Amino acid sequence: MLEVKNLKAHIDTPDGVVKAVDGVSFIIKPGETVGIVGESGSGKSVLAHSIMQLNPKPPTFYPQGEILFEGRNLLQLQEKELRKIRGNDIAMIFQDPMSSLNPVFKVGEQLMEAILTHHHMPKSKAKQRAIELLKDVGIPDPEKRMNAYPHQFSGGMRQRVLIAIALACNPKILIADEPTTALDVTIQAQILELMKNIQEKYGMAIIIISHDLGVIAQMAEKVLVMYSGRIVEKGNVEDIFFHTSMPYTWSLLRSLPRIDSESRERLLNIEGQPPNLIHPPSGCNFHPRCPFATEQCKLIDPELTKRSSNHFVACLLSEVEFKEAKRLMENVEQEGDLKHV
Amino acid sequence: MLHYTLRRLLAIIPVLFIVSIIVFMIVHLTPGNPAYLILGEDSSPEAIEQLEQQLGLDKPKVIQYFDWLGNIFVGDLGQSIYSEQAVTQIIVERLGPTFSLMVISMLLTIIVAIPTAIFIVWKRNTVLDPLFLSGSLLGTSIPEFWLALLLVLGLGVSVPIFPVAGYIPITDGLLGWLHHLLLPGIVLAAVEVGLIARMLRDSMLESVNQDYTKTARGKGVKESTVLMKHVFSNALIPTTTVIGVTVAGLLGGTVIIETIFTIPGVGQLLIDSIHRRDYPVIQGVVLFVAFVYVLINLIVDLLYAFLDPRIRYD
Ligand SMILES: Nc1ncnc2c1ncn2[C@@H]1O[C@H](COP(=O)(O)OP(=O)(O)O)[C@@H](O)[C@H]1O
Ligand code: SF4
Ligand SMILES: [Mg+2]
Repeated sequence: MLEVKNLKAHIDTPDGVVKAVDGVSFIIKPGETVGIVGESGSGKSVLAHSIMQLNPKPPTFYPQGEILFEGRNLLQLQEKELRKIRGNDIAMIFQDPMSSLNPVFKVGEQLMEAILTHHHMPKSKAKQRAIELLKDVGIPDPEKRMNAYPHQFSGGMRQRVLIAIALACNPKILIADEPTTALDVTIQAQILELMKNIQEKYGMAIIIISHDLGVIAQMAEKVLVMYSGRIVEKGNVEDIFFHTSMPYTWSLLRSLPRIDSESRERLLNIEGQPPNLIHPPSGCNFHPRCPFATEQCKLIDPELTKRSSNHFVACLLSEVEFKEAKRLMENVEQEGDLKHV
Repeated sequence: MLHYTLRRLLAIIPVLFIVSIIVFMIVHLTPGNPAYLILGEDSSPEAIEQLEQQLGLDKPKVIQYFDWLGNIFVGDLGQSIYSEQAVTQIIVERLGPTFSLMVISMLLTIIVAIPTAIFIVWKRNTVLDPLFLSGSLLGTSIPEFWLALLLVLGLGVSVPIFPVAGYIPITDGLLGWLHHLLLPGIVLAAVEVGLIARMLRDSMLESVNQDYTKTARGKGVKESTVLMKHVFSNALIPTTTVIGVTVAGLLGGTVIIETIFTIPGVGQLLIDSIHRRDYPVIQGVVLFVAFVYVLINLIVDLLYAFLDPRIRYD
């Protein structure tokens, strides 16, 4: 249904061209949930905005690639055609619910705008539909809340309103860019639960973007791991979490806090600076930070290659080499831990 | 909202009180004995003393102030020394021309500034934007009197489309009124347009990539609707303050313009009264202008609440 082919989205800045998305390909099928994960600054939002064609142009430009939605290349559509797709076929919710609603208009009006942009119907009917949507996203007393202003809602409630806006025209794809990052942990869980429920009810495909592997594990069936504007590993959730084959994904997983391990709880950060996207490193972009990097890695840029039916990895190490290197490193660390005790 | 309005209204009282003290001091504590100034250099000390008594100038300043203040409350601003008319009456007679001038220039300003700003923001990535910036800077830097003289020469003398001076009350005909006020109105507006359009452009550009505009664009809303509805309604809030300051500033601008175009307004009254050393009128006019200033600020505050629900429902 949606196919992104070798997409590049670059941004002109005074310091040079930021290669925020640099050759990304993937496919989304109807009804499936795809997670995109990566450190902050890896290009997830620029990628998401590219699909909606919402990156400001300029400074953003698309030097290469295609975004095919139902056979049409979104990069070549007129603004007028794109508007028919936005909100109607593909809808998006954003990271910060506090600033994503217009502070001077009533919530009901902003919701009705989403409906009336694509459907010609009397206002009273749109209002009925808006109230239904608010009910669907779990807002209590929806008739009354229609007349409230955004500042009268909590962060979690605003995100629910934004989800209702996104659902207004029953889209085929819902893109959620860090939908819970700005929220409390308990609210986070409620919003994720809500997204699962509405997917069941409305049946759309979801692209969920997060820097939090926990969120991805909970929601996604397929996962794309992004690093410096590229996909470095993709596969089913099991592939990514249980057959991790890329040193960067492995580092991300290790940076999760673990409560289950017998030694003390740890929270590792991936060492080193995120890469400069104006002058990315030579060879494999991850080599300056990769614990397993070899001389080869500085020279050769690994392509995304198939490991199993759905599992693709961009790394010069073979599966066996990676397992061996991982084992060696874990041994060294355990010895280090023992010495500390 | 009622609460907010009441608070604003109450806050005015101390301001007006302080304003009255300052106005009084400006007139009474500046060097130069009014009686002496009125009677001239050759007057005898007896005559001066007599006039001081008559005007109440021999009493202590504090008493004079409270006498004056007490009278203000019943709408009595004193009597003109020159024409012996009541000051209140004189000011009321001069209000029509001044307010007409302010309304016309303000309407002209808004009619030009708002569409210009929206258009520039729409074309924000083209050369129009830097052109607009230079243009607005030029506009705000033009001295009013120079532009006034230029327009009078051009459209009043060389190609006599407009009268170069005078005023016709609106009650004597809308067209004549407009005909006489258009040129001075344009002069006053020319200076303000740049300022307001610039301010509106700045705050619109600040809003144009805010998250809520992404939500709106994400709904499939037209870019023109995003700008005119979502961005404009937010950018208007800070711009209101500038518009308020501008309206207040127009009061000052009218002094010059009324003199150039011989429009019998409050500004001209002030200038004439200063020439005549008619201090009750000076006092009255300055106090009145200060009062209008405070009133405009109040209106801006109320407008703020009207435009911004976050203030309305505090
Ligand atoms: N408007 C912009 N101007 C310049 N650089 C930008 C702009 N937007 C994003 N970038 C850069 O593009 C890169 C990717 O950003 P983003 O997609 O927001 O990352 P993520 O969402 O993964 O945290 C970052 O390095 C960021 O600094
Ligand atoms: S190619 Fe080399 S540097 Fe890149 S991830 Fe693999 S081992 Fe690390
Ligand atoms: Mg992001």
